[in-house]
Amino acid sequence: MSEKKTALWLRIYTFLAYLFIYIPILVLIIFSFNTQKLNIRWEGFTLSWYNVLFHDQQILLATRNTLMIAFVSTLVATVIGTMAALAMQRYHFPLYSTSETLMYIPIVIPEVVMGISLLVFFVLIKFTLGLVTITLSHIAFNIPFVALVVRARLHGYDNAIDEAAMDLGANELTTFWRVTLPTIMPGVLSGAMLALTLSLDDYIITYFTAGPGSTTLPLRVYSMVRFVVTPEINALSTLWVLLVFVILALGQIAQSRRA
Amino acid sequence: MTNAPAHTSKGKKFSLVRALRENRVAQGLFLIFPANFYLFLLIVLPLLLVTGLSFLSRGEYGQILFKFNLANYARLFNALYGKIMLFSLAVGIGTTVLCLLIGYPMAYYLAHASERTRSLLLFLILLPFWTNFIIRIYAWMMILRSGGFLDSILLWAHLTKASLNLLYSSTAVMIGMVYEFLPFTVLPLYTSLEKIDNSLLEAAADLGAPPWKAFLRITLPLSFPGMIAGTILTFIPAMGMFVVSDLLGGAKTILIGNVIRNQFLTARDWPFGAAASMILMLLTMIFTLYYTRKAGFGEELLV
Repeated sequence: MSEKKTALWLRIYTFLAYLFIYIPILVLIIFSFNTQKLNIRWEGFTLSWYNVLFHDQQILLATRNTLMIAFVSTLVATVIGTMAALAMQRYHFPLYSTSETLMYIPIVIPEVVMGISLLVFFVLIKFTLGLVTITLSHIAFNIPFVALVVRARLHGYDNAIDEAAMDLGANELTTFWRVTLPTIMPGVLSGAMLALTLSLDDYIITYFTAGPGSTTLPLRVYSMVRFVVTPEINALSTLWVLLVFVILALGQIAQSRRA
Repeated sequence: MTNAPAHTSKGKKFSLVRALRENRVAQGLFLIFPANFYLFLLIVLPLLLVTGLSFLSRGEYGQILFKFNLANYARLFNALYGKIMLFSLAVGIGTTVLCLLIGYPMAYYLAHASERTRSLLLFLILLPFWTNFIIRIYAWMMILRSGGFLDSILLWAHLTKASLNLLYSSTAVMIGMVYEFLPFTVLPLYTSLEKIDNSLLEAAADLGAPPWKAFLRITLPLSFPGMIAGTILTFIPAMGMFVVSDLLGGAKTILIGNVIRNQFLTARDWPFGAAASMILMLLTMIFTLYYTRKAGFGEELLV
């Protein structure tokens, strides 16, 4: 087998794999403009589903809930996760390996188990299920992911610059704010970005920790697709894809500018 | 948990500040404390509660009776639940293997692409998966349902005469699972493959090894850490999945995840659901331990 031949089949294979990834997304977008309500066959072009979407009170409320949960849980998880990453990468303390194991638990247990255990916990301590319990749960699964990403960034960190700052008379705190944090900021931001998307995407843990009146977008979409399929969901999905695309593209541009 | 000195010496503020300023151990404990405390309270404690719950029983009205017994576990080992567990295991392993088969060549291609194409292709893998999980499954519902997108295309091309009726079948579940977890396999694999020093392959070629041999003896073994991380990241969530089977499998495909969900939300038999969760955790843990023993695990999780 010559090298060129390998490259050709590999190219076709990869192309097909990308097709597999993108066909569902394209179908989703195209059918958001379909006039047929059952949305099985293409009938004609319309934008009316977007209008329906923008007047759907439940969707708007769910969007607000989702964004609020994502924002708060990202903020808290980023602070706690970054602190933990700093501790694990630069310090030694008692029970170090226990702390490390603790960080891996949320990553390696199936989400459904985490979901039901949080449900049991909140019910037993008589904490009313709702936005607060969802947010608390999102923080729990986000901390390890933030810590993991920030630790990777700290891995190649040159401690000499911190020492230089302190030799020049800065104390620990000043050194942290003025030297360490700005240096690891890209890592902290990508950790926060990961936390944000994990929170926006989560269905399973939200499902078990939600109460009446705390419907999030994934929960709402789930209950919609279970019963009726309308192009309204396609319209919602299209906007979602578009939003993610814009955020990611901006992130990429910002990163390539910095580099 | 770790009780940081920072929190035991509340009264002596002066010594606390000094400890934080001068003592490296105190600083480390201060930084790790919030994460440890939080994860203990919301992850470890709830898991312990579920473990305890699995040995209790359910009262007539769904309440929990504090009577220690193993009946829940005994119930799980009958033909019906045994079948469900085997089926879940088959779906989990099947998903993992298919993801590897589809993902390995992709990751290989990515690792050998030029810098520019590579970042674009990585971006394109991630993009759909940063949209919503439920939305992605919904897209497959649209494609697979009878008279849906796939049927229309096949009918139009005269490849089939009637609907394939793929939605609400185990095939649909497998497609949805593979779609959902493919990036979890590809990204760690890519990280591993990308690290491989090209000069190793050049050396192999210089010494007369054909490309396939160089691949088998150099590339493949060096990509094992990524393969293991990818396998774990795919297998664990696949084993606990209930949403894909719900939406794409209908009532026909019941996974252990569905059993757990139903016990907690519809059947209201929490102790039995807890026991099922324990078994699920045990299954995934045995698998994960076996794999992590074989190779270091952690770094390849990072993209």
